[in-house]
Amino acid sequence: MDAASPDASASARAGIPAGAGLGPDRILAAYRLMVLSRTTDERCLALQRQGRIGFYAPLLGQEAAQVGCALALTAEDWVFPAYRELAVALARGVPLKSIIDQLIGNSADLTKGRQMPNHFGFREFRFVTASSPIGTQITQAVGAAMAAQRRREAVVTVPFFGDGATSSNDFHAGLNFAGVFRTPTIFFCQNNQWAISLPRDKQTRSKTLAEKAEAYGFPGVVVDGTDLNAVYRAVVQARARAVQGDGPTLIEAQVYRLGPHSTSDDPKRYRTDAEVAEWKARDPLARLRADLAVAGQLDDAADQKVWEEARAEVAAAIEAGERSPPMPPESIFEDVFATLTPRLEAEREEFRALGRGTEGGP
Amino acid sequence: MTELTLVQAVNRGLAEAMRADPNVVLLGEDIGLNGGVFRATEGLYKEFGEQRVIDTPLSETGIVGTAIGMALNGLTPIAEIQFMDFIYPAFDQIVSELAKFRYRSGGQFPCHVVIRTPYGGGIKGGLYHSQSTEAYFCHTAGLKVVVPSTPADAKGLLLTAVHDEDPVVFLEPKRIYRAVTGEVPDGDHRVPFGKARLVREGTDVSLFAYGAMVPPTVEAAEALAKDGIQAEVVDPRTLVPLDEAAILASVEKTGRAVVVHEAARFCGFGAEIAALLAEKAFYSLKSPIARVTGYDTPFPYALENLYLPNADTIAHAARAAVQAA
Repeated sequence: MDAASPDASASARAGIPAGAGLGPDRILAAYRLMVLSRTTDERCLALQRQGRIGFYAPLLGQEAAQVGCALALTAEDWVFPAYRELAVALARGVPLKSIIDQLIGNSADLTKGRQMPNHFGFREFRFVTASSPIGTQITQAVGAAMAAQRRREAVVTVPFFGDGATSSNDFHAGLNFAGVFRTPTIFFCQNNQWAISLPRDKQTRSKTLAEKAEAYGFPGVVVDGTDLNAVYRAVVQARARAVQGDGPTLIEAQVYRLGPHSTSDDPKRYRTDAEVAEWKARDPLARLRADLAVAGQLDDAADQKVWEEARAEVAAAIEAGERSPPMPPESIFEDVFATLTPRLEAEREEFRALGRGTEGGP
Repeated sequence: MTELTLVQAVNRGLAEAMRADPNVVLLGEDIGLNGGVFRATEGLYKEFGEQRVIDTPLSETGIVGTAIGMALNGLTPIAEIQFMDFIYPAFDQIVSELAKFRYRSGGQFPCHVVIRTPYGGGIKGGLYHSQSTEAYFCHTAGLKVVVPSTPADAKGLLLTAVHDEDPVVFLEPKRIYRAVTGEVPDGDHRVPFGKARLVREGTDVSLFAYGAMVPPTVEAAEALAKDGIQAEVVDPRTLVPLDEAAILASVEKTGRAVVVHEAARFCGFGAEIAALLAEKAFYSLKSPIARVTGYDTPFPYALENLYLPNADTIAHAARAAVQAA
């Protein structure tokens, strides 16, 4: 199947110059982030099976694309994630503990336990709270870019989405608005080849997802999403274009969702072990580790230490997260509006009178 | 005070909001040079330029989606949806995104967007230029829903919407855009949300109506007065938040209630008012609550006058309520 064998020279074909990539220190930092993300994935899948969190959507296989993109952005740039962007959050500097708090939905969760796991958001990091509907963040990112444009800020906005989202209403509306208004937006598509059970070649007849940008009047580039440096360079270039006022870019990072769509999904129903094995051989993490080893930046002992540190950090975050008290029951009524309406006040009174959320209450 | 039509009052409200705050921007279809298909934005493109009166491509999800992004990043966008009948491509953005941003982010990302849209029938618009689907939006937690019926309220509620912190769906009764004129206070005139307007006092029956249904309801009350029936007319003005106290107080006084709207009856907003009265004013009621509404059909073109409530059908229901007990 085509989807299982993307052109490995995609980055070269897209004409991305071999400009400055990440320096040695940042590459090592990126590797640590990727290991931390992989470790979090593994632990969270187990936590869900143990009933300690309700749901989880792993990003296994997409680490290089996410970290490479995030490291090319500044703190002032805006990220509009979907629900699989854990490594982007980590690379933006979000503490792992804050992410774990959201997965648990405890009282330390900045989103107050309102959403399923993976739908986190962090104002401080300009990482907008995700939702579940597909593609809706794409037009929103364009609007945020229009606001930045109006203030003449050298800021880009980056909606993250998958191959499935390229069929959504907001993908087409968003790219069209971005083209018309030449907004500083980088549309970052992680083409992980599968939208739950629908393969990439049944999502669209287009040869690449990137070529859809052409119809909206701006460039689309394909990049090998398992190659950290290639992704980084593509985003740096798109960002430079955007802040110079040259408008948006669509980047298609070709990756593979090595895991299930989510803990509710069984990919054996729709794809072959052989296909997964083929992509597993291109695991972005193994690839980077090999590169670092060849460059003499990471020997086995140092690598082992990176993994041990990651495991300890994840374990500590989970332990702390599970120690945090649950959300207070009456918080159900907060943040619907800026202040409680009389109606919500009355419902809260009714809730109190029934003793809901109290020991022995209904 | 200036004598204005309702659509002129909307225009003045927009102009004042934009003069007062450079972060207020308008976006929508044909709102720039053309001034909007109903001319609600007439002259604003000339005064504020294309950076603040933004003609968008023809995509409602694009309009509301980008408005949300603007709001997240420090602007106060006022989006125009050309007709309420065309709002549905943006329904996902309104219901799944706009309404839920504050809640789902634990208050980190409040999202203050005002969506203006003309609604309602009586303009020979047929199925797709006539509907009143306020109930969809009232049913969604996180949205405020506003329906002015006078020029003064149109400006005053619009300025309150612009200064509010929550998303507002602002429904403009297009049938009375020009049919109604009235004195409108100059300057920063604001009408608070959640405060009903007592349009006419009465003792025998309470008539509840909003938007374009207020004029025929007042006309009905005047006809009833000639028969010795004193009808009270209450305009809630904002459906969310709803001034429940004013509705209950009126029925506690009159003991009878007729709810009027042009939307279809089944699951219409009138059902909410009827339920409120049944729950909280049951022992004050002397006769069954009546609803005078559009029928449970799509909105018809040739027979629209037979679909819509009018002064006669409203008065008929009020008389029946009074005669029942």
